[in-house]
Amino acid sequence: MELTEHLFRHEWGRMVGAVTRIFGVHNLALAEDVVQEAFCRATEVWPWRGVPENPSAWLMATAKNCALDVLRRERTARTFAPDLGRLLESEGALAPVIEEAFGPHAMQDDLLRMMFSCCHPHLAQEAQVALMLHILCGFSVAEIASALVSSHAAIEKRIARGKKTLARSRRLFDVTEPGEFSSRLPAVDTALYLLFNEGYHGANAAFAVRTELCREAMRLTAILLEHPLCATPRTYALAALMCLNAARLPGRIDASGNLSSLFDQDRSAWDRPLIGEGMSFLELSAQGSDAGEYHLEAAIASIHAAAHAIEDTDWAKVVSLYDSLMTMRPTPIIALNRAIAIAQRDGPDRGIEEIEAIADADRLTSYPFYWAALGEFELRRHRCGFAQEHFRAALTQARNDAERHFFSQRLQAAQTATRP
Amino acid sequence: MSEFTYLFRGRKTSGSPEEMQKHFEEWVAWFQQLGAAGRLKDPGHPLQNAGKVVSGGQKVVKDGPYAEAKDVVGGYIIVEADDLTQAVEFSKGCPILAVGGSVEVRPVQTR
Repeated sequence: MELTEHLFRHEWGRMVGAVTRIFGVHNLALAEDVVQEAFCRATEVWPWRGVPENPSAWLMATAKNCALDVLRRERTARTFAPDLGRLLESEGALAPVIEEAFGPHAMQDDLLRMMFSCCHPHLAQEAQVALMLHILCGFSVAEIASALVSSHAAIEKRIARGKKTLARSRRLFDVTEPGEFSSRLPAVDTALYLLFNEGYHGANAAFAVRTELCREAMRLTAILLEHPLCATPRTYALAALMCLNAARLPGRIDASGNLSSLFDQDRSAWDRPLIGEGMSFLELSAQGSDAGEYHLEAAIASIHAAAHAIEDTDWAKVVSLYDSLMTMRPTPIIALNRAIAIAQRDGPDRGIEEIEAIADADRLTSYPFYWAALGEFELRRHRCGFAQEHFRAALTQARNDAERHFFSQRLQAAQTATRP
Repeated sequence: MSEFTYLFRGRKTSGSPEEMQKHFEEWVAWFQQLGAAGRLKDPGHPLQNAGKVVSGGQKVVKDGPYAEAKDVVGGYIIVEADDLTQAVEFSKGCPILAVGGSVEVRPVQTR
């Protein structure tokens, strides 16, 4: 039997969550060791015995036994989960407690508990995202550093600090307390949104890595939505915007592996079933009166996803959605995207006016697509000299080879257009 | 054609889940390669890490082997090769080597 891709990584979070609940969050490292040992055993036994019919169950059972060994061995030397204290003191109760913690229902809760614990208010958002990737998604420090194009030391520090904060909190987040649950949910949504954006807009050039980050964010969001208290309009909108944007990812790369802008994408490469899923989430998100940022972003993504060609796009609607988004989150990036939509609706002159009117535009000068947008507008106005200048600026700010290649192609287009 | 026992020592204890899964897949690929070449005489067995060691005339029983990770025998197989040199050559594809482990290649005494 073949092993599902990323099976180990995907089981990691659930297993660490279950063991941590028994050991207590201050013993997170020990819980990780137990889960690691289960994987280790799998690599030692499966080559001979073959992949078991239910590999997840095998891994769980092995982790369960390892956890039991640790409890027996260190019962007197360590304190484990405070709320299970009594039970863990008596040898006879150990097995049933472990059995309960590894029950399928409990494990789903464990994962959720861990997700909420990672979004501890004392942690910076970037630390929350790193912790999620590490504890819930099973990425190593090196893998996170490479995915987020960050240094190993920086990520290591972020995760170590995060774990310390978790340990100091002494107990994991209580998922049975509806008040606390609802008040932390927005932070969890935000962390998932940031995780998704790392994949969708991040600096990593590798298409596979970006897709994987987006998928992880979607996987965790789906787990969130299974819980009745999490299934809020806001979280549905988050799920919608993820699906509707991720569905277009395959179009971002053309047949020769080069970046392709929304304007030239092969729309037949878009993931139609995922668009359908996103549309259903968008409908579900419409219960209730509040239309937040995620609703607006999802609505914008839905217009792009529904358009069969760039000229079929309802740009007027896109502009009005960006207008609303600007009132909630007036960032330079959103202003830039709004300007691009206005240029589509009213022509490049208006687009340039809007870009020039962006407050804090200096914060955009290191963002290559800011220059690229200016370049495109100038090219449309047949001011090819200006266009070339802007594409050159985009080139100097490009974050990876794929972007460099893309901008040099645009620069070439501007140079070709100059010639009579 | 002679038979050789491969004793695998060492464990891959560290690595991300993704790396662990890859390590497992390398083992499968190597076993398959030996099998496809008709060299896997007996697939042998993996061994559990814990056990007992009985020693001496006093028949002292100890928990063990509890050796260091790099010395633990994790399993064995029996391979067919022309001679020891070839058996050693075949063993070089074993994934345990990449994680600091070793393969002990021992001719089986058949006569």
